[in-house]
Amino acid sequence: MSTLTMVNLQKRYANGFEAVPGLDLEIHDGEFLVLVGPSGCGKSTVLRMVAGLEDITGGDLMIDDKRVNDFGPQQRDIAMVFQSYALYPNMTVADNIAFAMRLRKTDKEVMKKKVAEVAELLELTAVLDRKPGQLSGGQRQRVAMGRAIVREPKMFLMDEPLSNLDAKLRVQTRAEISKLQRRLGVTTMYVTHDQVEAMTMGDRVAVLRKGMLMQCASPAELYESPDNLFVAQFIGSPSMNVIRGQVLSADDGSITVSVGQQQVTLEGAAADRLSGLRSMVGRPIAVGIRPEALGGDGTATVEVDVDLVEMLGSELLVHSTVNAPAVYSIEGGVEISEHPDSTVVASLDPRKRVKIGDRLTLTLDTLRVHAFDLDTGNAIGRG
Amino acid sequence: MRLQLAKPAEHPDIVRWPLDQALDDWTIEGLHRVVGLHRHVVRMVEVGQLSYVVKELPDHLAEREWRLLRELVEADLPTAEVVGVVTGRDDDADGLLITRHLDYSLPYRVMLSGRGLRIPYLGDRVLDALAGLLVRLHLAGFFWGDCSLSNTLFRRDADALSAYIIDVETGERHTSLSDGQRRLDLQIATENVAGDLLDLQMGGMLAEGIDPVETALAIESAYEGLWQELTGIDEFNADETFRVDKRLRRLHDLGFDAAELELVTTAGGTTLRLVPRVVEHGFHAQRLRALTGLQSGENQARRLLNDISRYGAVLEQRTGRKVNDSIAAARWLDDRFEPTIAAIPADLVAKLEPAELYHQVLEHRWFLSERAGGDVGMAETVASYVRDVLSLAPTEQVLHPTEP
Repeated sequence: MSTLTMVNLQKRYANGFEAVPGLDLEIHDGEFLVLVGPSGCGKSTVLRMVAGLEDITGGDLMIDDKRVNDFGPQQRDIAMVFQSYALYPNMTVADNIAFAMRLRKTDKEVMKKKVAEVAELLELTAVLDRKPGQLSGGQRQRVAMGRAIVREPKMFLMDEPLSNLDAKLRVQTRAEISKLQRRLGVTTMYVTHDQVEAMTMGDRVAVLRKGMLMQCASPAELYESPDNLFVAQFIGSPSMNVIRGQVLSADDGSITVSVGQQQVTLEGAAADRLSGLRSMVGRPIAVGIRPEALGGDGTATVEVDVDLVEMLGSELLVHSTVNAPAVYSIEGGVEISEHPDSTVVASLDPRKRVKIGDRLTLTLDTLRVHAFDLDTGNAIGRG
Repeated sequence: MRLQLAKPAEHPDIVRWPLDQALDDWTIEGLHRVVGLHRHVVRMVEVGQLSYVVKELPDHLAEREWRLLRELVEADLPTAEVVGVVTGRDDDADGLLITRHLDYSLPYRVMLSGRGLRIPYLGDRVLDALAGLLVRLHLAGFFWGDCSLSNTLFRRDADALSAYIIDVETGERHTSLSDGQRRLDLQIATENVAGDLLDLQMGGMLAEGIDPVETALAIESAYEGLWQELTGIDEFNADETFRVDKRLRRLHDLGFDAAELELVTTAGGTTLRLVPRVVEHGFHAQRLRALTGLQSGENQARRLLNDISRYGAVLEQRTGRKVNDSIAAARWLDDRFEPTIAAIPADLVAKLEPAELYHQVLEHRWFLSERAGGDVGMAETVASYVRDVLSLAPTEQVLHPTEP
């Protein structure tokens, strides 16, 4: 088991392109860390530098206390998982798991013991003598995982391992990998562009943009307390509603913010967690509200006209228009939409009867209101 | 639904296929299942003289593989001809990738069983071909990520085999590959080939004399040897410039050419450092094509070019005049190659590619002459070859392990 540390890790290509300007990140012993970000954010480059597949052009990469910048992939004792998950039809499950050890001329008794351990871990003991053709899809995936974990590497690296699978198998395998990683306790770095994968699998999630770390935190913290507008809008589906607002007033007990024609007053704990707004009276800000913060219990109310209803089974998404422009995170800052109105999405109880054209009063959980600086995109919290 | 075809005029039947249906439900004539475990549904379709491989996979993967295969074709790398891609089918159904089955290719399951096909030193030939393919891909900046026998097809190439990449699902194209990427690809190849061979052995389908583990492990040294020969830096004394020519000849012998040679004088000016920029494979095949118009593998070309040179010498002896290469090649085509191929019965001639047929006839002639202790004529050689070799061999034009 191992700790991975990146200190000002850099990747600059010969043509001058700076894929990773300087990354500081630590993956703790036994942790499952997910690197997530949009296409081109540098996440695969980081993974390839860790694996030894890309030269590091600056900074330090440490495995435990050893600097490994100049080590080859094999010297790092890291396993890239799921490069290939082909199973061999004439081999039994045991042979499919063991054959890579045969290649390394591992002692037969050791091989047998390791296969038995891995099979136990993967709940494959009962099918060890079967051929892959006699297994279910999920069992086949577990045999493929067995091929990787039987090596007992210091660390697993996974680069979008589920992207080749169909939707159903992807969900199933996602759960299998999470369960297995927790049982094995092997330090794991997992790269994906899919924020659902990131949020459901990682102990912590590192969000990257243009090679820079936007935030690294637990899924819950990322979701509930994003450090900036980019993370707020990247994490969550449907994404956070972010609208231009203004701090109208603030006193010892409360803060009042306007969003279009509506006013929201934050009191008590809700005002305390955004106390940084107190020094911003009269200034415009970006107000962020997750769809579900508009659909449950709340202390404030917002009146909307329903434009669209989407029934998803587990939730009801209600789209309505607010007369304030939307705010987006863009490279280097924040952009305010030129359109004076924006669409706000609320997630409601699916049993609720709502139709297009209805006038609806939504309750707002003021403890879940976020505020962002319009110049920097950074979250405004306790002042 | 969107169908993109690379050369629509050459594949008119595809538009009549039930492209909107799940591949598993197709019932068209000439449809075969492809044996083995596949990540996706795969079918082979035979239409007249053409065979296609159709693979069902998610749209984004189908598009990606379509793009990568086209890039490989454009870079003149050995791969399957990509014919078309279907995306945006109804109900979120997966897309389809259509490639043309490589004529005269030998799937590893058929070839390595050692049944029906006669390929001496089979294990060595396979690993040399695979290592050669990997080197060529790496020189072009292509990381395979899943090099295996099942993702490769082989074709006879005189005394050797040529390997073709047919599945690039995990591939990535870069400007160039780092040593780490190359090493990882090689490690994956070694492991996959060991798995493929062990699987055949456990299924009782591996020819005797092939050790799965040793064969797989030998890929690494075959690869490293070739990589070093193609990219290694030579240092020599400033008065040994003949070594530049020597190095070029070695590259040509391996079928490669140097697009650029960088000669650097070291400090003091006493030594030169030679850095080759190798880009091209097919040196002999291109020369043969330029001289005769014949399509061939690299080793077949080398063999046929030697025969052309020998025939040129015979002509010079007969006429007492210098015969240039173009004239020797034209005369060789008329006097030797075409009469030999024409002498093979029409029902047997399609069993092998013409260049391979001619090479085998030359081999057979050598064998007969050795046994007779003197030269045996071409007519007698062809008759013996047809009777004792070709008529017993399987037809290799479309040879694939399918289920009806």
